Amino acid sequence: MDDEYVKINHLKKSYGELDVLNGINLNIKKGEFVAVVGKSGCGKSTLLRLIAGLEPYDDGQLIIGNKSLKGLNKNARMMFQDGRLLPWKKVIENIGLGLKGDWKKQAYEALVKVGLEDKKDEWPAKLSGGQQQRVALARALVHQPTLMLLDEPLGALDALTRIEMQQLIETIWQEHQITSILVTHDVEEAVNMADRVILIENGKIALNKTIELTRPRKRTSQAFSNYVEEIMNHILGKDQPMKQTNKLRLVKSN
Amino acid sequence: MANSFKKYSYKLLPWAFPLILLVVWQISSTLGLIPNTILPAPLDVVVSGYTLTLSGELTEHISISLWRALTGFIIGGTIGFILGLLNGLFRLSDLLFDTSIQMVRNIPHLALIPLVILWFGIDETAKIFLVALGVLFPVYINTYHGIKNVDKKLIEMGKAYGLKGFSLFKSVIFPGALSSILVGIRFSLGVMWLTLIVAETISAHTGIGFMAMNAREFMQMEVIVLSILLYALFGKLSDVIARYCERKWLKWNA
Repeated sequence: MDDEYVKINHLKKSYGELDVLNGINLNIKKGEFVAVVGKSGCGKSTLLRLIAGLEPYDDGQLIIGNKSLKGLNKNARMMFQDGRLLPWKKVIENIGLGLKGDWKKQAYEALVKVGLEDKKDEWPAKLSGGQQQRVALARALVHQPTLMLLDEPLGALDALTRIEMQQLIETIWQEHQITSILVTHDVEEAVNMADRVILIENGKIALNKTIELTRPRKRTSQAFSNYVEEIMNHILGKDQPMKQTNKLRLVKSN
Repeated sequence: MANSFKKYSYKLLPWAFPLILLVVWQISSTLGLIPNTILPAPLDVVVSGYTLTLSGELTEHISISLWRALTGFIIGGTIGFILGLLNGLFRLSDLLFDTSIQMVRNIPHLALIPLVILWFGIDETAKIFLVALGVLFPVYINTYHGIKNVDKKLIEMGKAYGLKGFSLFKSVIFPGALSSILVGIRFSLGVMWLTLIVAETISAHTGIGFMAMNAREFMQMEVIVLSILLYALFGKLSDVIARYCERKWLKWNA
């Protein structure tokens, strides 16, 4: 049990009257890649923000590496949906944000990893959405985090760029074995990238599905589609209508 | 060739209208359409400017006016900037001071002239005090709003990436507020000249405003017009400098 890096017990968070998270239980192993899916407003982003320590939780336990989290999670780095690069800093300075000492060298190395070294002296506004997210990825990596929190970082990208970015994130994750949590509304993305997919509904975990597919994964394979369909059916609540038709049959046979 | 011609004509075009106006004015004066007692001819103004420069009078008036303007601007601007920073950054200071500042702001500062004369007499302190007071509020308001309106998401990102205190201010808050602060400075430069003109016209023994009032007593129309043109020139000059700073410091915004 010692290799559980994130341990979450009965975690609760509410905003005023609204209970966003209502008793979340979740353990994540060191080096594991977990995707969290769910409808908009289900609380998946809130869960990520609590793990990042950007907001305090109301009740329950949140343990990161054997320590109860208080305040900012210093070993975690977050990637946001909207890049959040500082527009007044060049690309390389954005990556070096918060670094000390020989930051330029470290920042450049991180920039090489995401393949944008020729853009180091550009203003962020001159980059495409995909390039901006690459810079944001480099900025997160340069701190050598033990936990990577990805808050729909690919949500605003076009389909092709998104697949490219998924490959890049997967490669970097495999190389560094950083424990990662990806929040996404795209079930295919979740199945493609994660070891395990978590579905949050009404502030609770409604599904916890291990994806047993070898990497690199093929989106066209039958097994892949089966996983996607199973999770989609859960989200859309397709099990309920099936039960209803069964009931109807019973009534008819009577 | 055609391109460089276009470039030059774009640079010169803003000056075309003032130039035509001058020519029409000169012709009308020469033809006697405008009597000299109403408005002197431009050439007469130039001649009087030349004579006053030779006698050293003009340089003296200009330098004393510039000194008053700059001293008042630096004092008022610094106080406004610091108050804006404090109230924008710290809630306690905001609660303590903002309401009072807003009340004082609504008093037209030129209405204080009688009081200021009684307090400081008609020497330099009075004029500098008035300029400083006029400059203070535009700088204060724009600094305050600039800081309050810095993108909260960027501040959150900065904190999540380990910035706090001064480093957060230097990398995120100040650059985010800078464009608004510069708007305040540009606006306050206008207020600076306006205040100085009024102060020098009412009570002074030197300065451009005094030169104009003194000329009125001797019916030296061309000197009065010269003073007015000088104010226009200095107003334009300070705006050019402010714009230059904007372009230099807000390069990322281009």
